[in-house]
Amino acid sequence: MSISNNRLPAEEFEKNFSDIHPPFETKEAALVEANRCLFCYDAPCTKSCPTGINVPKFIKQITTDNIKGSATTIFLSNIFGGGCSRVCPVEKLCEGACVFNLMHEQPIAIAKLQRYSTEDAIEDKWKLFERKPSTGKKVAVVGAGPAGLSCAHVLSREGIDITVFEKESKGGGLMTYGIAAYKVTPEFCNDEVDFITSLGGIEIKYNHELGKDISLEQLQQQYDAVFLGIGVGLANQLNIPGEDLAGVEDAIDFIYHIRDKGYSNVPVGDRVIVIGMGMTAIDAATQAKRLGAKEVTMVYRRSESEKGCTQVELDIARLDGCKIVWLAAPKEIVGNDGKLTALVCDVMKLGAPDYSGKPAPIPTGDTITIEADMVIKATGQKPFEDLVSYYGLENKKGKILSKENHATNLSKIFAGGDCVNGGKEVVDAVQAGKEAAAAIIQHLTPAFSKGEGAEQNAMSVITASTVDRDSSPLSFGEGQG
Amino acid sequence: MADISANFLGIKSPNPYWLASAPPTDKKYNVLRAFEAGWGGVVWKTLGSQVKNVSSRYSAVNFNNTRVMGFNNIELISDRPLDINLKEIEECVRLFPDRAMIVSLMADNSREKWHELIKQVEDTGAHGLELNFGCPHGMTERGMGATVGQDPAIAKMVVEWVMEAAHIPVITKLTPNVHSVVPTGKACVEGGTSALSLINTIQSVTGIDLDTFVPNPYVAGKSVFGGYCGPAVKPIALKMLATISQDETTRKVPISGIGGISTWKDAAEFMLLGATTVQVCTAAMKYGFRIIEDMCDGLNNWMDEKGFKTIDDFVGKSVSTLTHWEDLDINYHHVANINQDKCIHCGLCYIACEDASHQSISLTYGKPYNTYAIKEEECVGCNLCQLICPVEDCITMVVQRKGDDYLNWKEFQERGLPLNDH
Ligand SMILES: Cc1cc2nc3c(=O)[nH]c(=O)nc-3n(C[C@H](O)[C@H](O)[C@H](O)COP(=O)(O)OP(=O)(O)OC[C@H]3O[C@@H](n4cnc5c(N)ncnc54)[C@H](O)[C@@H]3O)c2cc1C
Ligand SMILES: Cc1cc2nc3c(=O)[nH]c(=O)nc-3n(C[C@H](O)[C@H](O)[C@H](O)COP(=O)(O)O)c2cc1C
Ligand code: SF4
Ligand code: SF4
Ligand code: SF4
Repeated sequence: MSISNNRLPAEEFEKNFSDIHPPFETKEAALVEANRCLFCYDAPCTKSCPTGINVPKFIKQITTDNIKGSATTIFLSNIFGGGCSRVCPVEKLCEGACVFNLMHEQPIAIAKLQRYSTEDAIEDKWKLFERKPSTGKKVAVVGAGPAGLSCAHVLSREGIDITVFEKESKGGGLMTYGIAAYKVTPEFCNDEVDFITSLGGIEIKYNHELGKDISLEQLQQQYDAVFLGIGVGLANQLNIPGEDLAGVEDAIDFIYHIRDKGYSNVPVGDRVIVIGMGMTAIDAATQAKRLGAKEVTMVYRRSESEKGCTQVELDIARLDGCKIVWLAAPKEIVGNDGKLTALVCDVMKLGAPDYSGKPAPIPTGDTITIEADMVIKATGQKPFEDLVSYYGLENKKGKILSKENHATNLSKIFAGGDCVNGGKEVVDAVQAGKEAAAAIIQHLTPAFSKGEGAEQNAMSVITASTVDRDSSPLSFGEGQG
Repeated sequence: MADISANFLGIKSPNPYWLASAPPTDKKYNVLRAFEAGWGGVVWKTLGSQVKNVSSRYSAVNFNNTRVMGFNNIELISDRPLDINLKEIEECVRLFPDRAMIVSLMADNSREKWHELIKQVEDTGAHGLELNFGCPHGMTERGMGATVGQDPAIAKMVVEWVMEAAHIPVITKLTPNVHSVVPTGKACVEGGTSALSLINTIQSVTGIDLDTFVPNPYVAGKSVFGGYCGPAVKPIALKMLATISQDETTRKVPISGIGGISTWKDAAEFMLLGATTVQVCTAAMKYGFRIIEDMCDGLNNWMDEKGFKTIDDFVGKSVSTLTHWEDLDINYHHVANINQDKCIHCGLCYIACEDASHQSISLTYGKPYNTYAIKEEECVGCNLCQLICPVEDCITMVVQRKGDDYLNWKEFQERGLPLNDH
């Protein structure tokens, strides 16, 4: 047993990491699907999109050959509409709510159509938005991830000058650094960031880390407002013996290396164990297999009904040949000569619900030992607790506490995305960025904060005008949670 | 098994389906294939003076994913030499004696030309003639086709010329490019025609290319009005057919129905409004002759189900149900009802009634699914929601009469009954 790289021929890597949701091959294929859509009123799919994309409208626009309009409809609600069409767990969002499900028919392929409408716009940097004349206001955004750039785009459209501080050398956040390579390519992520900034008025300062290169006080002094979209960073520790043995890796690092170093340069074991059952765990397991690992076993301390990933994702892992051991909690990693050789797990059973509302796993007293040469930890990430506490931001275990309008306890400082919600999806971060932008505009612009309906006015900058609003006046704000 | 054979003025065919005079019937090759496929008869592509066609010739209207909802052409009558056509007609009659062979004619505007053409065609052994008074493009510029059909006096005169020479049944094909088909139809019957057929194509512009700004079909940067047919024209054809079946003079002769027929159901509808045979063009041009199989089979099964032994049992059966608005029963009332178990919450009924009808559907907000229900006291029973609902039988109309007795508008006024107050 050994950990080694370059396990497969180049063609096989290409095949294994090719697009998992391929686009429509022809315009006709897209039209057949688009024409199936019923153009529902107050559409369930729109209500189930956290960013409230007007799905029936953008699909109708495909059928009328108005791709420019279709792309605009999508981007108005979600500037990461292209990326989201590739990474959203649509089966539990828009497509999961499509009325066709109620007829036991295939739901409309909303994400695939969304990709169809946004692909050229992103690649060719279509000029779909016009910046309003500069207001002279300046806002700092920390973190060039989905939350930060979504906030930046809305604000810049309104004539506010944006400076983004990003600690890494590329934008996109976990979209670029975290999400599996068969969902989005690094080139696409690059294009998407360039498309967003092509609006103008958004300057990204890479390799600028809050807490190291700049301080929050400086930003507070130099800018009219600050938005924090720093995400969650550090991987949770298992806190069990043997965690420091060679061969134990963090899922985010593992996934990032696949994106960064190229498939053939990422070492993987013969027998790999992935701990966890969320999206990250699935991505790590399937990609380990696709890199050429002989055996991949996923262990999860609860049972299938409590899994964090969706059924579709679990099916992908199963189709890739990953083994799954339910009700097994890591107890100890054992090794030889500093290298790991096996993982020992407690066999669990389900008890009464715990704080999370899920049934608590309780040890049965039995253990199992699974041989391995590599263990990938995918048990969630930990927010930047030290950083936010240092600046006096109210937080709960590092998750920044924000009020309904995304304001924090500190003056002028707003926050949203993973750093507030503790880690959800890209689409939730985009919505948080949008909402925070509306709140910042209200905070900055006297015209918006005076008189009746001020809130509605500010909100209107992030609500596509034609979204049906009579039943859900702030429809963009729903869908969280 | 019902008997679906037709007897049209003694012209027999194993089924009521004829191919209309058009490209599918313009040569022996096609016609033999059609007979082999099972078509009951053909109306041979119109013969007359020598013409030449242009390209392109066709254009279409697509709707959502359906191609050729409506079809448009600027073709003229047969552009093949007359002697070849005549020889081929003779061969087809000889090879398939049990099928109807009607030949469509459009002679130049003189009695001699018509007489000459009729004689030549009768020599082939054809069973009947169809006079093309309907072609709406090209031929009209030469004073033929629809130009004849649009003027009852001229139409009657030409029919009289024809009847002087013809020994076989004569069907006159009417143009729909008139306010009413009845005046020409009447004139032709008075002129002696043995039967009528309708409709020919409807003048149209199917669309304009938004890049070149030239309408289609495109001929070297120009276009002309074409003739429209296919499924899109069926409702218009049915209405025109009904008026011919209602009129005292025209209903005395048999009718061959044409216009947008694609299935046995379409055919049954034409027959219920008085057509003894039906003719098909666009559907055969779109799918080929093989559609005849289900057209026969479906009609047969439907007739068995309804207990009709022959087509005479139902030809014209629906004509008397078309009445005057003033005779409709105002006491008849029905309201929509939504089957909540079938409803998929698409909201289409709601927005239709809200924006275009009577605000009679309530919306109860739900996430992601709203609940929709009918406000019975508001519903006027217009059917809009039922027509729009994508789920079969999800919305049904439930009868709730306003009174037991029949009450028409005149009576309603006489009794001084109240009108709507909102
Ligand atoms: C492995 C994995 C797979 C995932 N798969 C999916 C998926 O398939 N679909 C999906 O919708 N979501 C997925 N997610 C979740 C998704 O990536 C996040 O919810 C989303 O990226 C959050 O956006 P954000 O802007 O809040 O944070 P991030 O994307 O984390 O962006 C934060 C940005 O801030 C920068 N930053 C952090 N600290 C500082 C600092 N001190 N100074 C300056 N910059 C800083 C970071 O470098 C980063 O660029 C996945 C996550 C992981 C980890
Ligand atoms: C390409 C084309 C050519 C036609 N040529 C003739 C013709 O020569 N003579 C004629 O009487 N009708 C002609 N028609 C009209 C058809 O016979 C028929 O009346 C009309 O198409 C309506 O039927 P449909 O809806 O089944 O196509 C033609 C129609 C088409 C589409
Ligand atoms: S629910 Fe489905 S059918 Fe209805 S608008 Fe959305 S995608 Fe179209
Ligand atoms: S039948 Fe007409 S009025 Fe009645 S609910 Fe339906 S759409 Fe509204
Ligand atoms: S149109 Fe039909 S399916 Fe759609 S909401 Fe109305 S009743 Fe339900």
